[in-house]
Amino acid sequence: MFFLLIFSFSISAKDTPNDAGGSITVSTYNIPHYTERIELYRKVKGDTLYKEAGLISLYKGEFDDTLAVAGESYLYRARAITKDTVYIAMTEEFVSSSPQWFNKSRTAVLLFIVIFGSFVFVFIQLAKKNPEGLFIRRLPAIDAIDEAVGRSTEMGKPVLFIPGIEYITDAGTLASITILQRVGKKVAEYGTRIIHANFDPVVMTAAQETLKTAYAEAGRPDAFNKDDVFYLTSEQFGFAAGVDGIMERERPGAIFLQGYFYAESLILAETGYSIGAIQIAGTNATTQLPFFVAACDYVLMGEEMFAASAYISREPRLLGSIKGSDLTKSILLGLIGIGVTFGTVASLLKQAGNPAYMEIFNKVLDFLAMGAR
Amino acid sequence: MLETISVWIAGGLTLCIFSFLYGDNPIYKFAEHLYVGFSAAYWLIYVWHFTIKQMVINPIVAGESGAWLLIIPLFFGVIMLSRWLPERYSWISRWSIAFTVGIGAGMVIIGQVQGYILPQLKATLLPLATGSWKTNIDNFFIVIGTVTTLTYFYFSRREKSTMSKFSRIGTAFIMIAFGAAFGYTVMARISLLIGRMSFLFGNWFRIVKPL
Repeated sequence: MFFLLIFSFSISAKDTPNDAGGSITVSTYNIPHYTERIELYRKVKGDTLYKEAGLISLYKGEFDDTLAVAGESYLYRARAITKDTVYIAMTEEFVSSSPQWFNKSRTAVLLFIVIFGSFVFVFIQLAKKNPEGLFIRRLPAIDAIDEAVGRSTEMGKPVLFIPGIEYITDAGTLASITILQRVGKKVAEYGTRIIHANFDPVVMTAAQETLKTAYAEAGRPDAFNKDDVFYLTSEQFGFAAGVDGIMERERPGAIFLQGYFYAESLILAETGYSIGAIQIAGTNATTQLPFFVAACDYVLMGEEMFAASAYISREPRLLGSIKGSDLTKSILLGLIGIGVTFGTVASLLKQAGNPAYMEIFNKVLDFLAMGAR
Repeated sequence: MLETISVWIAGGLTLCIFSFLYGDNPIYKFAEHLYVGFSAAYWLIYVWHFTIKQMVINPIVAGESGAWLLIIPLFFGVIMLSRWLPERYSWISRWSIAFTVGIGAGMVIIGQVQGYILPQLKATLLPLATGSWKTNIDNFFIVIGTVTTLTYFYFSRREKSTMSKFSRIGTAFIMIAFGAAFGYTVMARISLLIGRMSFLFGNWFRIVKPL
């Protein structure tokens, strides 16, 4: 086997951009033909020996040395091994990694959030001045809350509220808490019992607080029974089995399935349907929406849950965020229109032999893809 | 011997749960309470062992560097228990909830933009004249489907506006997507049922060869 130090095969090393430090990217150039593998070695400043760092991908020609320690300086040496020859390349200068303050690949995300945030801010100010002036379309599922609670009251049956099986940090769970406030107020006014089974203890605490406030707002703080808001279990199907049992035994007249659900959604909705309860579902779990649509009377789909919160409370901050997101959607619709038209024209020009506009179009797509990584 | 006992317990409990198809009954109640009780106890042990003990107590007892920072989450965790104190002090637990909710809401925004909005925008910017009529039709449906579905979730539109007419097309797209998702999931559920049947008739009754 020959050991050759040739100029054609070379490597370079640089601090991996847009990270928190602790990674150095080693790139290869002019990989010899028929290379079977490229071994990479590194040496810390002050050491005499190179130690194995890993294998460089022949497909990418790059290696991210994520075991490098931030602030320490390294030299790299690579061995490209063919059937009968070993080619060696090395870096000449020490390189070290450090964290970056800004992740430039997320510029698109930053831009989006700044624009969206500005819209929300402006609309919140407008909503504070005149909350009735901001229109939000009617949501049948929310209008049906009164009907569902009223029906339960007439039948002398309780109302069951399930806030999903996610934690309080989930947006759907947060929205469900706002909807619970409306349901709780109606239940208190009508003097109906509400059962609230929980998957997570923190959600249970938030639900207790919310219902307590709702009962107080309705002028019936004494009617609130803390024990009706309880923790069941944090095991998905254990929770489903428990809720099914409650449905069968308590026979609620109205069931609210509001929050983030997984595979238990159909089990719960089917059991609710089988006992003849009026069911109002709402979830931001798009994969579970078909089951709710099939088995429930009313469904709040995805963002409708968040709009419902604003629709119910008319609270300036919520109204502002819904109106802000509507304006953002208008802009997105406009961007899609412009982008599709530009892409179509660029594609036609490319077919006619002018690829310049297609390259611009692809750069825009790359910019969006960077933000999505 | 131990495996046989396990199979009998698992098989028996499976039948107990299946008995719910007939309606609520004492056998189902037994299995349900057993399941809920066991799983709640399991989570209690899990949280104690993997969260409280490993992430809080052990680092503090071992005097690990930076372990003092754990006082912050520990503080928020402890004040959650103030709910059991009289009304005068129970409000303190709201700090923990506010902290968790604030962090959650902040994180969701970035995740949604990065994980959903930008990839969807990129995937919709498609040329409608590519040279292949099949691709053109695909692209046309993707663009129209996305645009009209987006109009459905536009909450400022009036009932009789032009946008509402577009949103009806969006509703059709949504329903088609739901139908496909429903069918796909039913298939997956049937495979789960087949697995359970295989367990009952194969591993337990030994009538058929287990899959």
